[in-house]
Amino acid sequence: MNPVVMHTVARLMAPVLLLVSLVLAVRGHDIPGGGFVGGLMAATAFALLMVAFGRPAARKQLRVHPTRLAAAGLLVALFSGVPSMMEGRPFLSGIWARLPVPGTDGLKVGTPQLFDLGIYLVVLGTAMCFILGMARGEDTTAPEMGG
Amino acid sequence: MELFLAITVGGLFAAGFYCLMLHSIVRIALGLVLLGSATNLLIFTINGLQRGFAPLVPEGQEALSPPYADPVPQAFILTAIVINFGLLALLLVLVHRAAQETGTDDTRALRTELKDSKQ
Amino acid sequence: MTPSALLSLPMILCLGAAAAGLLTPSRAWPRRWLALMTMVALAAVGAMLLVTVRREGIQSMQVGGWAAPFGITLVADLLSALLVLVTGVMGLTVVSYSAATLPASKEAGAYYPLVLVLVGGVCGAFLTGDLFNLFVWIEVMLGASFVLLALEARQEQLEASIKYMSLSLMGSVVLLCAVGLLYGAAGTLNLADLAVTVPGLGTPNLMTAVSMFFLVAFALKAGAFPLFFWLPASYHTPPAAVTTLFSALLTKVGVYALARVFTLVFTQDSQLTSTLLLVMGGLTMVTGVLGAVAQYDMRRLLSFHIISQIGYLIAALGLFTRSALTALIAFLIHYIFAKSALFLVSGATARVTRTYDLHQMGNLYRTQPLLAALFFIPALSLAGVPPFSGFFAKLAVIQAALRAENWIIAGTAVVVGLLTLFSMMKIWREAFWKAPPENQPEEPTRPLSLGDGVLGPCMAMTLFMVVLGLGAEPLLELADAAAGQLLDPEEYVRAVLGGRP
Repeated sequence: MNPVVMHTVARLMAPVLLLVSLVLAVRGHDIPGGGFVGGLMAATAFALLMVAFGRPAARKQLRVHPTRLAAAGLLVALFSGVPSMMEGRPFLSGIWARLPVPGTDGLKVGTPQLFDLGIYLVVLGTAMCFILGMARGEDTTAPEMGG
Repeated sequence: MELFLAITVGGLFAAGFYCLMLHSIVRIALGLVLLGSATNLLIFTINGLQRGFAPLVPEGQEALSPPYADPVPQAFILTAIVINFGLLALLLVLVHRAAQETGTDDTRALRTELKDSKQ
Repeated sequence: MTPSALLSLPMILCLGAAAAGLLTPSRAWPRRWLALMTMVALAAVGAMLLVTVRREGIQSMQVGGWAAPFGITLVADLLSALLVLVTGVMGLTVVSYSAATLPASKEAGAYYPLVLVLVGGVCGAFLTGDLFNLFVWIEVMLGASFVLLALEARQEQLEASIKYMSLSLMGSVVLLCAVGLLYGAAGTLNLADLAVTVPGLGTPNLMTAVSMFFLVAFALKAGAFPLFFWLPASYHTPPAAVTTLFSALLTKVGVYALARVFTLVFTQDSQLTSTLLLVMGGLTMVTGVLGAVAQYDMRRLLSFHIISQIGYLIAALGLFTRSALTALIAFLIHYIFAKSALFLVSGATARVTRTYDLHQMGNLYRTQPLLAALFFIPALSLAGVPPFSGFFAKLAVIQAALRAENWIIAGTAVVVGLLTLFSMMKIWREAFWKAPPENQPEEPTRPLSLGDGVLGPCMAMTLFMVVLGLGAEPLLELADAAAGQLLDPEEYVRAVLGGRP
């Protein structure tokens, strides 16, 4: 395989994958999708970068340490359950509101979306943890194979 | 169809357990993958195969209109896949580490070297 | 605080603190203190939960407000609440012991967050009200334990974790199959709902088959005969603090799950299950203690005793009378403290002698008098010598067996108790009493004192044992009330499903 092809594809595809992952995560509450799928898809974007440019480059693109990403996600997901407790309802009860956005009948926002965002981060962080962990000490860039 | 799936589940379990008995750690991990898939397929099959709508309440209605698919087994399977994925990834990292340490993925190598180091 | 908040707090606290710990800078002190504080809070929540349940009956909550049996239910009866309290106390002990023994580099890593995740998983397993979430929490706990076991990545640890992981994952597969089959047959996994629906299903044989899946899965997690082999293969490799945590909590979740499932759901074919549990329990006691007699590695020896003691618990469950369940609960509490004390002391001994091999030790009685005393009390307690907690716990099991006129179990329990005493005396003779091995240069070791922080947690455990031994009455009373709740599922069902029949 020619690394030029790989590099070009990775460069083009990674942002697209990330964008799609976000779309999946946001639409997830009422139609298929959700934080988990979104997070996995985001992880594939970084995995693609790793295959094309090597482990350090992918790690650098992620910016944050993957375990910290997962930890932050877990905190966000847990926190999304707290407001309902403040109201005296059970942990993780959904609280919804409509933001007035001109041109629509209001944008639906609520704590379950916060939960989904948390899951997105947890999945992305954990998956990257494993992927980067397994690639440790190995040259992961696609080898130049003759033929 | 159910019979076919039942046989497939049996075959997957057999293959999984066979892999577990091999000496290569990678094969053991693969065996666990097979067992996980077999279990998921089992849950899927055992709860009845039927054609039905997605269990989403249509807009403007109060309740689901039958026939709809039972969402619970699917939720189980999804969760089980997630857990299986996480734990297997962990196992693979471990196997990788062990392979780096011993230079082989043979369980016997891991063990004899342990005995040597003890003497 | 409302009961519903109390029920979800243990898991929120542990998982939240684990996540927060990972976000703090990689230093030892913030993570250590965060873990300590969380464990204190967890123990406090456990105590409050216990008081609430004792005063107001079984508590339940529906996560997210989705009504049972469709949503995720958390339930606390006396047994769950008691176990959450003990989990908090054990967590506190292990964290403070870790702070005293582990190198700062390790403390700065993922160690404390993993401990917190493990403890959170254990609490979740104790408090959950449906079988699928029981599976999920057990996996959370196992996931954390896998990483803790392999954290140092020495080769023996890698070998141990690969064995432990593959066997645990196989157990999880069996458990998941059981859960799936049960859902297929009963259409629900909510424990309270199952207690109502399973007796009326009209397919008793199918239910018995499903219950056997659960028996195998939970017996593997509990380390019962013949599925215990993963335990002695792995428990001796991690640091003493980790082994203590594992021995105190992991296998107990298996026992708890067995007790829960076979008192609440599968009560229809009690003749078969109780015979199986009795045989299993008896054989577990015997094989465990015989395995221990052959060992000269202190931690392997103690690992085999874990198995042997699990046998008592399973046999008590098999007897299935009120006094037997009372004995089970009292024994469970005593044994968590006794075993932890012994593992903590083994860690302290290894710190002094730099080995776990009994052949290489000696003379500790003279050089480490305090340590010797701290070993002696839990050792006698484990063997069941009065006046320590083990005596009353073992006596309760034997009395229950006698009352059920099961002479074999009673006899086995007595004999295994004697063998346990013999095995403990072996450690005493080898490590503390005999002259030090000759080839070893006599190095002047300073006696460990309380100031080192190593002995503090051991001391606390030993103190618990003395207190539980001298004041056994309140514990037995509490255990009796908890056993009453186990035997009468009606209150549990009412607490979860409300007025629904």
